[in-house]
Amino acid sequence: MTGRPGWFLPVQKLMWCVAPLLTVCLVGCGGSEYRFPGHKPKPAVTGVTVVCSPSTIQPGQTSQCSATVVGTGSFNPAVSWSASAGQISTAGLFTAPSLPTSVTITATSQWDPTQSGTATVTVGPAQASNVQPIVVDAGPAPQTFTAVNVAFVTVTVCVPGTTTCQNIDHVLVDTGSSGLRLLSSAGGGVLGLTLPNEPDSSGNPLLECAVFGSGYAWGNVAQADITVAGEMASSAPVQVIIPSTSSPGVPASCSSQTTQPNMGDSVQALGANGILGVGLLQQDCGLACTTANKTIPAVYYDCRSFSCNPTYVTLAQEVTNPVTLFAADNNGVLIELPVVPNGGSLNPSGSLIFGIGTQTNNGLGSVTVYTVPDSGPNAGDITTTFNGTAYPASFIDSGSNGIFFLDTATTGIPLCARPNDSWYCPNTSPDDLSAVNQGANGNHGAVNFSIEDATTLFSSNNTAFSTLGGPLPGSFDWGLTFFFGRNMFTAIENMSTPGGPGPYYAY
Amino acid sequence: MSIFRFVGDHCKEVPRVLLSALLLGLPLPAMAVLGDNAASVLTDQAHMKGTLRSVDNRTYVMHEITSTTGTVVREFVSPAGVVFGVAWEGPFPPDLQQLLGPYYQQAQQAATPEQQQRRRRAPVVIETPGLVMYETGHMRSFQGHAYVPQLVPQGVQVSEIH
Repeated sequence: MTGRPGWFLPVQKLMWCVAPLLTVCLVGCGGSEYRFPGHKPKPAVTGVTVVCSPSTIQPGQTSQCSATVVGTGSFNPAVSWSASAGQISTAGLFTAPSLPTSVTITATSQWDPTQSGTATVTVGPAQASNVQPIVVDAGPAPQTFTAVNVAFVTVTVCVPGTTTCQNIDHVLVDTGSSGLRLLSSAGGGVLGLTLPNEPDSSGNPLLECAVFGSGYAWGNVAQADITVAGEMASSAPVQVIIPSTSSPGVPASCSSQTTQPNMGDSVQALGANGILGVGLLQQDCGLACTTANKTIPAVYYDCRSFSCNPTYVTLAQEVTNPVTLFAADNNGVLIELPVVPNGGSLNPSGSLIFGIGTQTNNGLGSVTVYTVPDSGPNAGDITTTFNGTAYPASFIDSGSNGIFFLDTATTGIPLCARPNDSWYCPNTSPDDLSAVNQGANGNHGAVNFSIEDATTLFSSNNTAFSTLGGPLPGSFDWGLTFFFGRNMFTAIENMSTPGGPGPYYAY
Repeated sequence: MSIFRFVGDHCKEVPRVLLSALLLGLPLPAMAVLGDNAASVLTDQAHMKGTLRSVDNRTYVMHEITSTTGTVVREFVSPAGVVFGVAWEGPFPPDLQQLLGPYYQQAQQAATPEQQQRRRRAPVVIETPGLVMYETGHMRSFQGHAYVPQLVPQGVQVSEIH
């Protein structure tokens, strides 16, 4: 507000006391103690207090400030406004500058300029939109196979530092890996951009062999600006997955790490146009691929003259979880998916939300934090106890499309008839089960889950099933089935969050 | 779980392994391995540049090779001197082509999905009359095992192959 010059008359004073937005009041404002000038002590201002609301705003936004002038006698409560940055009107309306800062707002009494009061307005960084829509649908075109329980998002990639960009649809959201991997056009992917290759320390092409549970991905390490929701990772190392028919060919030391096929041979083989690894790790390999390891593992390859040999890399050269490269909301992700009833749903949608406890939409609330070891034999794992037996190599993974656990001999749940014999078909469907998950921090919680007959489930056109399961001897893989109806947090290693440092899962 | 005894204390099996390799004059096979003889353990050790410890469990001998990358491979040898099972765990998968030998191709073929109604996205599980196997894990942590049911000695629980 602004103070008004001139002598203070009763009517004016009353107006000032009740006028909206003008909170200037004088001691004795109630009226009963009012005395005409000349019948009271010499007027004096004894203090000025300032309040601005809201006290935290974004660049360019406004905050309304008001002053309360306290004094004795009949004085003019008018004030003059000033701000250490940005602009403030004579009515006390503050407009924030364009850059984040802390601004001091001062109101000075015009009656007695030695009397003033201050307030602080925090101008925070612009809140990025941190929500990217998820769809659980039948997968990328041409949908010749039907995906089930796969969370897809669209990711924008750009040649670094340029506006040469492309939206890549149907990128699989994977909390079980870290880093963005895109299927090359040679492999049938939609990627049309030529992303610059990242050289290794010798200046030669750097390629990577990434082994997943269901196959391997071979291809160049390249750089891209990645934009998801309002977040951007600049010059992020990504993998461009190439098929077996491309050069350089797949080294035997890569393909022999699994009996499973090259996932880069086709869209069908990958089941997506790419994989967005937003898991527990900052880099996919970490220190084990740097000179900190006395042996060079078969992960990153120096490919000079199309002859590829394992090579050390630096952490900065490794394919990196893009979330850690965001300016904000960079300590993890929250995946929100709706409840899916028995029998399944068609194309449900959800959200991939960046950050943990960084904005109003990603607070931990009352969830339980399950920390996981960041190294050792059970790195990234929780312990699941089922029927009294603990399985310490269990994990949570949005990139798996069921709850995969134990075997028929242990669970008594038969496999389905061919061709669905990699899934469970319980004799009584649904088969209601219970397990207990425990983190390395000792936190534990019971999980009730149900398994339905997969062959019956698959007889519908639904794309999301909360009761789909299959065997995995010796452990539990809590896949996307487990995410429906839960808010699932994945915190990144060594990043601080309101629930403590990552890595952890929380739900 | 049986009580394991370490080589340093009860090393009656390992000399037999060495002996068989030396006395029989076996050229160490290039691929060693599931279904092969015990001498192949040493080939694996050499291939992995690993350290070896062996545990006599009466019904079988378990040879554990730790590679310099931290991956541990365990090979289970029957009294008849045949590798009937293998298991692994660690930050990287081992060379499965080396470890599984002829069963590697069998696993590839068994894992080739039929025209399933819906594809399974998960670690692979193979259960055929001639080979039982799983490969699981995620970045920085991989596990798995494979065994040939016909070669598993009497009295051995397959759950011990891990």
